Amino acid sequence: MKTAFRTLGLALAVCAGSASYATELSFWSWRVEDKAFYDTIAKDYKAISGDDVKFQAYKNTEYPTVLAAALAAGGGPDIIHTRAYGGLAALADADYLLAVNKGNVPNLAAFGDGVMLGAMGRKPPHDKNTYGVPFATQALGIFYNKQVLAKAGITAMPKTWDEFKNICKTLKEKKVACIANGSGDAPGLEQMFGVIGPNFYGGTAYFNSVVNGSKNFTDPGFIKAIEEVVSFKEYMPQNQMSVGENESRTLFATGMAAYYFTGTWNIDTIKELNPKAEFDIMPAPPVTVGGPVFVPTFADGNYSINAKSPKRDAALKFLNYLASKEFGQRFTTELRQQSAVPGVKANDPILASFGEQSSRNGTPFLMLVGFRYQNPNGSVMLRDGIQKVIQGTGTPASLAGEIQTGLATWHKPIQK
Amino acid sequence: MAATRRTAWITLFTAPALVMMAVFMVWPAISALGYSLYDWNAFTRGGFVGLKHFVRLTEPPYRGELLAALKHNSITFAAVLTVQNGLALLLAFGLYRRPRGFAFFRGTVFLPVILSLVITGYLWQLFLHPLFGPLTKFAMSTFNLDEFAPLGDSRLALATAIVISIWRNIGFPTLVFLAGMNAIPEEIYKAAELDGASDWQTFRRITLPNLGPSFTIVVILSFIGAFEWFELPFVIGGATGNPGNSLDTMALMFYRLSFGDGSSAVTDLGLGAAVSVVLFAIVLIGSHFGARFLRQREVQR
Repeated sequence: MKTAFRTLGLALAVCAGSASYATELSFWSWRVEDKAFYDTIAKDYKAISGDDVKFQAYKNTEYPTVLAAALAAGGGPDIIHTRAYGGLAALADADYLLAVNKGNVPNLAAFGDGVMLGAMGRKPPHDKNTYGVPFATQALGIFYNKQVLAKAGITAMPKTWDEFKNICKTLKEKKVACIANGSGDAPGLEQMFGVIGPNFYGGTAYFNSVVNGSKNFTDPGFIKAIEEVVSFKEYMPQNQMSVGENESRTLFATGMAAYYFTGTWNIDTIKELNPKAEFDIMPAPPVTVGGPVFVPTFADGNYSINAKSPKRDAALKFLNYLASKEFGQRFTTELRQQSAVPGVKANDPILASFGEQSSRNGTPFLMLVGFRYQNPNGSVMLRDGIQKVIQGTGTPASLAGEIQTGLATWHKPIQK
Repeated sequence: MAATRRTAWITLFTAPALVMMAVFMVWPAISALGYSLYDWNAFTRGGFVGLKHFVRLTEPPYRGELLAALKHNSITFAAVLTVQNGLALLLAFGLYRRPRGFAFFRGTVFLPVILSLVITGYLWQLFLHPLFGPLTKFAMSTFNLDEFAPLGDSRLALATAIVISIWRNIGFPTLVFLAGMNAIPEEIYKAAELDGASDWQTFRRITLPNLGPSFTIVVILSFIGAFEWFELPFVIGGATGNPGNSLDTMALMFYRLSFGDGSSAVTDLGLGAAVSVVLFAIVLIGSHFGARFLRQREVQR
């Protein structure tokens, strides 16, 4: 009930705050850490267009609530930083977002269909439209700390999955934590699954099969993928049950673990934690030498326009700027993340080389891309489930069964 | 005539409180019931669906989640009722006898209560940090453990959170009991002393029975607090009651379903409202019958 009041209060505050001037666009986001960047963008954009853009960031855990309350009250910002896939679809299906396409945002013409999947509505008629300009694509892989490996005498890159596991065994014997990931919080485990899983469930082919219903989540490959993730329990750091994402990052950046399963969004943070860290990223080694390699990728989120914004023309103009190569290049250079704008090259060597890998071997990051559209949410079930299995309750097979039952409640193709 | 005027005065004086109750308690409760009967698209109301969301709560996967949350609330209540309130009673009795440094001890016991819950949660997470937490290091070296991760281990997390909660909250029941003890007339104790009653007999036969009203307050508040437990599990385990939902409570489940869990923005307001209605019913019925039962047992003076 307390929460209901908080929401009401926020809604009121938001209504009061959204009255603004004719040429000022309000822009809300959860990217508190990027405020300086967007403030500079706003300054430069004013020089080009004469319009003001006011960037306002909320804590990421509170952002969905603040935004939803504001939109429900008929207010909210002109420009909305939206998530991708299910997060965006929920807002689009509720008629909160303005449909955007190359007709009203010309620069969108250059974007490929894959990345635009993250900007589509879900329910008819919204499933025919796109509702945002994608801002970043992320890829996941195995970060490796060169100094730690060299010190342990490991110089050759593993060519197969078994070789990789053997390195872990060697490191364990030398009392070095092989991987920085622990089971302290669940999202990190979904990232581990994202990197390890495609090798065993069969990458994009399996993704398409569960989307169209020709396979489901009790598939042996899917169960095997969970088993592989769980098998890394013995290579996790000390007190792994309390090692969550923050601890993992610290362990890896400070050279207390050799490998770290995570995504490209962490490159910058690791460099900030330890500017001297020498690391790079590799995809999970294939099961057999020369076999298929998979790099899980996903669209990170979008820039969208509030359907009720009274400044639609100015907002569309700004969105077109956000879809330009000029902006994309600055985004990648300054935030060290791969912009979703096609043709943007990263200066950061790690990002540039791994970005190249991911465009060659990309596969959808399973649950985030395909199964976050409704509750029960595929990501939450998978990551919480893996955590439970690692901590001793349940088995990979029973977890697969639960995921199948849960997702079948709303994903019709697998209801059989 | 006098009676009518009296009624008028009573109405006048209670009206502001009643209006506040109606606007901020009764209305939200009724509207939550209303919300639970509709489908929701984010925060836009969809069609009327009757009891569909309540039926969904009895089916997998929500049935398991709801039962687990309810179990965690019940364990918390049992622990608070026995351990926290038991210790509080002992502390209060100790303080009642005015030991040296009485004011200091009374202050110390009550101090954590005024700490913000968010700070309490954060502080204990630091104490128990897996890499550099002082308690972690102490426990590992003293007991020669390979692993010590009480907040990360799904088998220990709830117990650890309850211990933290007791550490923080014990001052409140202690003060209530202490006030209750101070309200017991001195003559009764004098009479007992003259009759040659031992300390234990005095405590058992005089102090305890006369603390009836304090027990009623403490038990009812413990019940409501345990079933509406939200802040500490949220600070420690986030909206999913991490690790492995072991800190999940009904209030957390309501929050997660209604407002998303931070990493995903998919919400299900109807289902969340259904959870809040169930929670409201449990608290209402439980505290109503609890209060009735406890009042009957209070000693009449």
